[in-house]
Amino acid sequence: MSRRAALLSLLVVSLLALPHFAGAYAISLATLILYFAYSGQAWNVMMGFAGQLSLGHSLYVGVGAYAAGALFFHYGIGPWAGLWVAILLCVLLGVVIGFLAFRFGISGVYFALLTIAFAEFTRIGFDHFDWIGGPGGMFLRVAQRDAWDLVNFRGPPLMYYYAMLALTAGAFALCFFLLKSRPGYYWQAIRENEEAAQALGINTFRWKMLAVAVSAAMTSVSGVFFAFYYNNLFPEQIFHISRSIEIILGPVIGGVGTLFGPILGAAVLTLLSDGITEAVAALGWEIPGIKQVFYGLVLLLVIMFLPHGIWPPLARRLGLHKR
Amino acid sequence: MPLDLVLNVVVSGVLTGLVYGLMALGLSVIFGVVRVVNFAHGEMMTIAMYAATVLFAALGLDPFVAMLPIAAAFFVFGYVLQAGLINPFITRPEHSQFMLLVAVAIVMVNAMLMIFGPDARNVQVSYQLESFEVGKLLIDKARVYAAGAAVLASASLFAFFRFTLTGKAIRACADNYLGAKVVGLDVKRLYALTFGVGAACVAVAGCAMVLLVEVTPSLGPAYTLLAFVIVIVGGLGSMGGALLGGVLIGVSEALAGLFIAPSAKSMFSFGLLILVLLLRPQGLLGKRS
Repeated sequence: MSRRAALLSLLVVSLLALPHFAGAYAISLATLILYFAYSGQAWNVMMGFAGQLSLGHSLYVGVGAYAAGALFFHYGIGPWAGLWVAILLCVLLGVVIGFLAFRFGISGVYFALLTIAFAEFTRIGFDHFDWIGGPGGMFLRVAQRDAWDLVNFRGPPLMYYYAMLALTAGAFALCFFLLKSRPGYYWQAIRENEEAAQALGINTFRWKMLAVAVSAAMTSVSGVFFAFYYNNLFPEQIFHISRSIEIILGPVIGGVGTLFGPILGAAVLTLLSDGITEAVAALGWEIPGIKQVFYGLVLLLVIMFLPHGIWPPLARRLGLHKR
Repeated sequence: MPLDLVLNVVVSGVLTGLVYGLMALGLSVIFGVVRVVNFAHGEMMTIAMYAATVLFAALGLDPFVAMLPIAAAFFVFGYVLQAGLINPFITRPEHSQFMLLVAVAIVMVNAMLMIFGPDARNVQVSYQLESFEVGKLLIDKARVYAAGAAVLASASLFAFFRFTLTGKAIRACADNYLGAKVVGLDVKRLYALTFGVGAACVAVAGCAMVLLVEVTPSLGPAYTLLAFVIVIVGGLGSMGGALLGGVLIGVSEALAGLFIAPSAKSMFSFGLLILVLLLRPQGLLGKRS
């Protein structure tokens, strides 16, 4: 345990100190890694802890981003208020989807396809929703970028880096405590064997709903961050299934159900994708699609040869094996 | 709105829907037997469409002729994919299978982008501009032929599963994995055969579809989703359900395009999917497991 704590504090300290010796590009890359680590952690609550496979998490990213973005765009209401609206809306959506699915006994592949269907349905709906700009997109005002305007969450890239670091650390702590508390144990029981869990008197419906709600709430916050970091939102992009896949890739590559998996997976994948971009540019092979082909091939190899992700074997190697 | 316009749109929706149905049939057969959801299904469809455009441009082959060699190549490809890549994954959890096929799909769609670029490609044959006149109805010849090919391919698939020994063996694997192993069936090989057959269905559907729409790499993910919608609506694993679902989705897309906006057409498909999942999760023609 002490070894884990030491490693964790080393990680936190180096991430806090990173801006002192890293350039602007490295900061933006690190922000992206943290963004994927955070949203992967959020997805992991539902799949990794409670065993409910969602392939439609772009729904919560998109609704969260548009809720906070539209309040700012139309009424100048800052993200601190918008955040709660985003969370509320996403929890509501998650609860509705969860209620419909779990009440009607939909699970496994069918549940996964249901989550895709809701995300796609919403994507096309937002494409025809003129108040938020429809397919033409919504653009948030970008003020001067040197001052830290924490009220409206506008500022230099460094501010976004620290915000994302705080979010990721918060999500990690939350997941750590969730796993060690009653809901965490119930979720894991449901994940391993739902019928057995039910037979032991666990109200599986209620605890699965809680997992969806927590996961949706956490994911909506990443949507709010997305809106204020990138400042432009298009339904076609933010609700697209490829965004759901991006969220899932980190934890799957890192290790589903582990606490470090989403963080490690996000780092590996983001650096891999960046490395491929640089290598392709250096070699002068700039054909559209070539990067993604290499990316897909690496993905394929990792999935084939590390079925539980990178973290579990790495943790064993580092002597951090649980128990 | 004049009635014969609506009727025209419905007929063309039914015909396109039959081609959708054949595509979805491939997915349904694979899921029904192997119990793996092929998330690279639409990408395979676009590869078949590109293959048809290439054979047409290079050799002047009509897509209905090119269908046969492309289907044969796809059968081999599907066999190899299942035997080499997917078979080790059949006992792994669903998200692991999902990631595997997503990775395959990413490679496929971007390889298409590398080779053919982002611009749309098509084939131009003489009968594409002609149509049959039945009373007040005007029906595109190409659409009729495409639907005919889809029906023919589906019928031979039904016959294969009903009357041949291999088809029966595959159905045995689907019904009872353990039982099939006990009586000595080579399940892994039959799985590979099934994936090959499913891939051949997609190849025929792709060659027929290329006469109706232009192909771009981004069509792949859209077709994957479309195929899911169809098989869920019809019933995952049910062959008749896939065809029925295809026709339903074809007609609903065509009508939504006519009455609302063409861009909103898939919203109805997904709405229908959500309704079916909630009210009849096994699909319209599916059996409760």
